[in-house]
Amino acid sequence: MLKNQNIEITPELIASHGLNEEEYAKILELIGREPTYTELGIFSAMWNEHCSYKSSKKWLKTLPTTGDRVIHGPGENAGVVDIDDGQAVVFKMESHNHPSYIEPYQGAATGVGGILRDVFTMGARPIAAMNALRFGAPDHEKTRHLVSGVVAGVGGYGNSFGVPTVGGEVEFDPRYNGNILVNAFAAGLADADKIFLCAAKGVGLPIVYLGAKTGRDGVGGATMASAEFGDDIDEKRPTVQVGDPFTEKCLLEACLELMQTGAVISIQDMGAAGLTCSAVEMGAQGNLGVELYLDDVPTREEAMTAYEMMLSESQERMLMVLDPEKEDVAKAIFHKWDLDFAIVGKTTDDLRFRVIHEGTEVANLPIKDLGDEAPEYDRPRAAYPAPSALGEIDSNIDVAQALLTLVGNANGASRRWVWEQYDHLIQGNSVQVPGGDAGVVRVEGADGKKALAFSVDVTPRYCEANPREGGKQAVAECWRNLSAVGALPLASTDNLNFGNPEKPEIMEQFSQAILGIGDACRALEFPIVSGNVSLYNETNGIGILPTPAIGGVGLLKDWAKMMTLSFKEEGEVILLIGEKGTHLGQSALLRDCFNRIEGDAPTVDLDKEAKHGALIRELINQEQLTACHDLSDGGLVVALAEMAMKGKIGAQLELSNDLGELFGEDQARYIVTVKSDNLESVLAAAKAQNVPVTQLGTVGGDKLEAKDIFAVSVAELSDFHESWFPDYMAAEAAQ
Amino acid sequence: MKSAVIVFPGLNRDRDMIAALEKVTGEKPHLAWHGDSDLPDVDLVVVPGGFSYGDYLRAGAIAARSPMLKRVKEHADRGGLTLGVCNGFQILTETGLLPGALMRNRDLKFLCKVIHLKAENTTSPFTSAYKGHEAFPCPIAHHDGNYFIDPDGLKALEDNSQIAFRYCDENGNVTLEANPNGSIENIAGITNKQGNVLGMMPHPENLIEAAHGGIEGRYIFDSLVAAVA
Repeated sequence: MLKNQNIEITPELIASHGLNEEEYAKILELIGREPTYTELGIFSAMWNEHCSYKSSKKWLKTLPTTGDRVIHGPGENAGVVDIDDGQAVVFKMESHNHPSYIEPYQGAATGVGGILRDVFTMGARPIAAMNALRFGAPDHEKTRHLVSGVVAGVGGYGNSFGVPTVGGEVEFDPRYNGNILVNAFAAGLADADKIFLCAAKGVGLPIVYLGAKTGRDGVGGATMASAEFGDDIDEKRPTVQVGDPFTEKCLLEACLELMQTGAVISIQDMGAAGLTCSAVEMGAQGNLGVELYLDDVPTREEAMTAYEMMLSESQERMLMVLDPEKEDVAKAIFHKWDLDFAIVGKTTDDLRFRVIHEGTEVANLPIKDLGDEAPEYDRPRAAYPAPSALGEIDSNIDVAQALLTLVGNANGASRRWVWEQYDHLIQGNSVQVPGGDAGVVRVEGADGKKALAFSVDVTPRYCEANPREGGKQAVAECWRNLSAVGALPLASTDNLNFGNPEKPEIMEQFSQAILGIGDACRALEFPIVSGNVSLYNETNGIGILPTPAIGGVGLLKDWAKMMTLSFKEEGEVILLIGEKGTHLGQSALLRDCFNRIEGDAPTVDLDKEAKHGALIRELINQEQLTACHDLSDGGLVVALAEMAMKGKIGAQLELSNDLGELFGEDQARYIVTVKSDNLESVLAAAKAQNVPVTQLGTVGGDKLEAKDIFAVSVAELSDFHESWFPDYMAAEAAQ
Repeated sequence: MKSAVIVFPGLNRDRDMIAALEKVTGEKPHLAWHGDSDLPDVDLVVVPGGFSYGDYLRAGAIAARSPMLKRVKEHADRGGLTLGVCNGFQILTETGLLPGALMRNRDLKFLCKVIHLKAENTTSPFTSAYKGHEAFPCPIAHHDGNYFIDPDGLKALEDNSQIAFRYCDENGNVTLEANPNGSIENIAGITNKQGNVLGMMPHPENLIEAAHGGIEGRYIFDSLVAAVA
């Protein structure tokens, strides 16, 4: 018997659940009666933007998601990609933006915890993590506190869990003042034939609850993450979950141990919308009904209601359909790790989602409709404004001073202060640590040579000026970073952070960026295998810069051939692969040295990207190069400076004084160094493939020096580059 | 060399340590689960790094009171070789097998980086192979590595040659700048008075092959193999 728990379903209550009139009418039509309070909560959890992708689905469908190596694309907890030898890499990126702004340490920590759980739910041991962080202006009153809390939270969780954090991005811009972005990426390693999925199989089988107990934390979190912020933001703190990496580490070991016994039929982690989302997905994907007995759910607080249990986002919990014959084995493993293990339900054949609490049926819903009938919107779009015109740029600048500004300001300075707080060495496989173009991790269980490369990239100011080119550029830069270390880019994951999709201009920006991402992923054979959408990143009507972060994975057959970006030896020849720079629109030079944000984003020629990248990988594979670095923010001169600082050795260069050539951010370009013996063969290879190449100078000395244009000591560059972050954060203590 | 690695829930460099022992000695170490009451007779017992019990209460405090640690203490009291790395060092100080305590890092942050270490004595069973390699780069990764001991204790450490490793610069100079965490007298690792128990914060198990960028961590295991031969 359904009981309405004595709570009247009023229009106000419906609205507070983030459901509009039309959506509520659909609920009435689907179930033919008024929902109970718990049912209303369940619909709200399933139909909010975060879980249903109702505004984005139409556009996400346009992305390429298949390929020769793709084992599982979007729709599972994470994407699964073949890396040869019977092994697979399992990866995904997900945002935890809203919670991290409200409570930076726990918000970021549980973001990391959630993405790690997505990966090991599929049977993969996590081997690498990254994160893409975006904060407001450095001088905004909240920024320091948020940086400090988020970085500590990311580290606090990942370090304790024991996954190396091998890469990431940190960027500052006033447009993130009221909405920071915390995007966490994780990748794991699994046997390609032992991937675990969420679809339940078999009628009448026990559904088991594993992990930590359920509390009231995070009740309504996914609904909170699907709305704009207003000034009442501090009242939202109780919707942020609290993380416990110790329990998660135990859960990882227990799950992997249990999976080896063959007891697991299907498994789903409890992430956004907790028990509701995981139970519904298990049943719906397996074409089965589910019955849950909430009295058997382990709770850590007294007198929890059905509504609270169904919507709690307590962390470190899993749901599993278990082979009943192996129940004792499973129980023993979980008790060994001191984790809760409780049978809380069973699969049924009636396609209903039933929830029973204290002898009362508090929900009885059509399980397939909860997902399949979720609203899907083709939200209105409006013409997007053309990029502003690029005005005159005074070419008479002090190039050395501009370079020091670019490598020593908030967005150009070294991120060492950040990544030294992340354990990037644990597991003993990190062959390239943060600070290079991509993080590289050796793969265990193979020949000892195989390695995976990871990079996460996006240039939000390009996306704002020109969403389509910006979308392409995010993919291209990630793909280029993988190529620059010598890895074959395999596949990618996207984390699409945008403003309010109900504004037609934002919707147009969003759709164009996705189309751009799709263009690039198709051209570069870099399919999107997983991802996440975060909309409503607005506070008091001010939206963030559009930030579609792309996380990519590449494969190296032999990590000993891997390339790094540092200059190595005196006398080596420096070459630019790709065309000379010209494009100053939306450049770092313009923003940071002229305080101007104008012009179009650079155009991404995907044919050239593919061709130049292929040449780079071929040269690296033939061991013809001694260093390689992709060109991005700040263009040629900044890339050269980064190579010099990393190698602690200078260079003598022949450059023109054209600002476009020095600082232009044209795409599809790399700087490489070669031993003079290999120069002819490298030039010949470039010529044979019709790739432009320019000789820039030679490595040596303690200065980065271009005759008649600029000279600056490598030590001074490093001093500027390394000091900004620690100095900025030290001012926190002084405040 | 027969070895055993103690495994607590929440440790995470146990896998790194197991791999290192296997690669260096050619033998898989025995894995001793924290709740087990038996510890087999081995030459070396290792308490590896991580966050046993989440470092809740205080790093190492809960693990130090587990049944298995009683066995470890018996092994050490019999003169058995015992190595604690990172969280393992914290656990060994919590049990009283090693003097002093590890406090929160001077800068209050978790710190992962490659620092330089200097082997202060090359006569212990853990450090004999460091002869001629006195200063070498080695990774650290910890939040609570700031070693502290009272003046009398410090004097005893120095008088008995119990200081195994100090943080130094790349030329082997023990300087304030080279001290990553505020440890007193740049102490990175110490032995007990008898010399059969070593605790250290840096991670030699992450420094044993080309992929780690150096092999100087091996020398600890090489020293131990030589000591039990």
